[in-house]
Amino acid sequence: MKLKLSDFLKCMSASISVLMVTSLLAVTPAQAAGGGGPEIKRQVWSFNGFFGKYNKAQLQRGFGVYKEVCAACHGLKLLSYRNLVQVGGPEFSKEQALAIAKEATIIDGVDEDGEPKEREGKLSDRFASPFKNDTQARASNNGALPPDFSVIAKARTYHRHVPWYTEPYYWAYDMATGYEEKGVDYLYALLTGYKTPPRGMKLGDGMNYNEVFPGHQIAMAAPLSEDAVEYADGTPTSLNQHAKDVSAFLAWASEPHLNARKDLGKRVLIYLTILALLLFLAKRSLWARVKH
Amino acid sequence: MSDHSSTYEPTNGFTRWLDERLPIMRLMHGQFIDFPTPRNLNYLWTFGAILTFCLAIQLITGIVLAMHFIPHGDFAFASVEHIMRDVNWGDLIRYTHFVGASMFFLAAYIHMFRGLYFGSYKSPREIIWILGVLIILCMIITAFMGYSLVWGQMSFWAVTVITNLFTAIPIVGESITQWIWGGYSVGDPTLNRLFSLHYLFPFIIVALVALHIWALHVVGSNNPTGVEPKTENDSVSFYPYYVIKDSFATMVFALLFAWFVFYAPNYLGHSDNFIEANPLQTPPHIVPEWYFLPFYAILRAIPDKLLGVVTMMAAICVLFIIPWLDTSKIRSTRYRPLLKPFFWLFVITCLVLGYCGAKSPDYRFVEMADTQKYTSKAAAVSAKEEILSKNKHADLEIIESINSKEITYDLKNTKFKLTNQVLSLLLTFYYFAFFFAIMPIVGLIETPHKLPGSIAESVLGKSSADKAQ
Repeated sequence: MKLKLSDFLKCMSASISVLMVTSLLAVTPAQAAGGGGPEIKRQVWSFNGFFGKYNKAQLQRGFGVYKEVCAACHGLKLLSYRNLVQVGGPEFSKEQALAIAKEATIIDGVDEDGEPKEREGKLSDRFASPFKNDTQARASNNGALPPDFSVIAKARTYHRHVPWYTEPYYWAYDMATGYEEKGVDYLYALLTGYKTPPRGMKLGDGMNYNEVFPGHQIAMAAPLSEDAVEYADGTPTSLNQHAKDVSAFLAWASEPHLNARKDLGKRVLIYLTILALLLFLAKRSLWARVKH
Repeated sequence: MSDHSSTYEPTNGFTRWLDERLPIMRLMHGQFIDFPTPRNLNYLWTFGAILTFCLAIQLITGIVLAMHFIPHGDFAFASVEHIMRDVNWGDLIRYTHFVGASMFFLAAYIHMFRGLYFGSYKSPREIIWILGVLIILCMIITAFMGYSLVWGQMSFWAVTVITNLFTAIPIVGESITQWIWGGYSVGDPTLNRLFSLHYLFPFIIVALVALHIWALHVVGSNNPTGVEPKTENDSVSFYPYYVIKDSFATMVFALLFAWFVFYAPNYLGHSDNFIEANPLQTPPHIVPEWYFLPFYAILRAIPDKLLGVVTMMAAICVLFIIPWLDTSKIRSTRYRPLLKPFFWLFVITCLVLGYCGAKSPDYRFVEMADTQKYTSKAAAVSAKEEILSKNKHADLEIIESINSKEITYDLKNTKFKLTNQVLSLLLTFYYFAFFFAIMPIVGLIETPHKLPGSIAESVLGKSSADKAQ
């Protein structure tokens, strides 16, 4: 009697689990409500993955785009001008960086009358922000606040439109390939995502259509266009190239020590692998004495 | 510690002198060198050492981070970025601490499931188990407080959501919540006390871990067979056998740890936490870190706020009493054919609950619907009314979908749906049923497999185990 009951329970639990799995897998999953728009694609970046590191020339071009186009509204308040010289970044020469710093006006201390004193920038200064405060920034941008760009490449992301049961596969894939560039891919898609609005779409006052921006209405007008910025190194000045370069620059701005980190990472992984191997061999020879 | 006698012999004048005054070397020798340990422990038993490693990493990196962190609403976010940018190797210290929290929980959950599967909570190990549950409780509190210190959007709103749970307490809820905040909303005083307590709790964990190990060394380790060691032949000394095995396993774990620190440090985090806290703007989805997701799903599964909080707390606190909920005398699930499928179903339940916690409550896991596309909203609305006139209870929804060419209005007529809310509720039900129904009932009706006579017998086979005697 006991056995029969337990067999019954076993069958029950087995069939419940089979049912659960099949019912979850067999039926098509729900589409995310609303939205639409194209899938954001994973781009090839020089700094992705195990061997990734920033491309100095690309960061310099990207800084050019930032300075000529973005810097009018977007700050980089967590960065200092000296960072532009640092190894693993755009690696401008000290003179170039100083020239960039000197263009900025920095408020530093007060004069004898107690009035704020202005001076030109030094390498040790933080990047001067384009607006004095958020209120001023909103006032000059039709009520919209242009976000600071210091960590923007890490503060944005996108979601794949995939059935939920395939998501664990993407997680594993992203983890195994060290996919940290979701934000950069989003920025690139955003900068290249300005299109003519679909038929029948009513845009808000001063708003622009962007196919990847959440809600598709963005206050910022298309910032980039072909030949918007001149490149000294002869790289073609297409819109896509501008978008790519400035996205790469912003990736560096939010993760300035990536080169050093990945470089050390290789050594650490090799060291740990060898140590683990030695420990394994030691463990095996020790345990050979004991049957287990 | 235990009455296990140490074979420690002081080798020189100093150690002899010390041994007569403070026999600390004798104690260490007895507990971590000679200590008899079952010979058949598998790699799941290395997670104790791995967790000690994780705790040490969190303490060391945390103490260094505290040297640079500023617990003030205006400076916290920038000071974390200062660590990442300007402190020498600060990015590695912080990433190690941040990834370390995830690794700590990963190891702790494996450790807990191991204890659950092999019945490590059963007599005489109830106290070890209860101390373990206290440790995970403190870990949860510590991790939550640590996450808040970053003072990004997700930090701030996580604190807001979780501290608001206290308002669910009848009558005094409001006052308690304000007392916790140190004001009328989450602000500077809150951040300051979170920092203070985040520094305190790890030391409480250290104390609890010491007790956990002490209790373990009184009764000795459980093992995959669940049969207690009977003769010397069943055990080996902790050193060198388990020292080397634990070291090897810890290094393999460290490899995984290092992969995340160096190549995917932000993968386990949330991008919204790189936006500085803004009390005036709620993020579209507030989700906790991955290790809290199953509990978050349980919280949201219950529509009532107070009941939800109570259920979530119960989901952790039920672990305190499982030594008395399990009616079976057999420890290891290996020998419990009836419990085994329920156990694995329980593991799947916890994983799927985690998945549910990550999705919005109205997310539909399964949906069967007819969808009709319309190019104008008016057409969709009139079609909707037509269906409604035929069937009052039809589940209809108009979804505006924008693609590059046009806007379409999809009229969705849902016939069947399994929403996150419902699935979470079902899984929550199984979570508690496993402890309150399956554990006590299965223990009473199950016919277990035959246990091996001894650990040595399970390893060597019966005849050679007898010979080895």
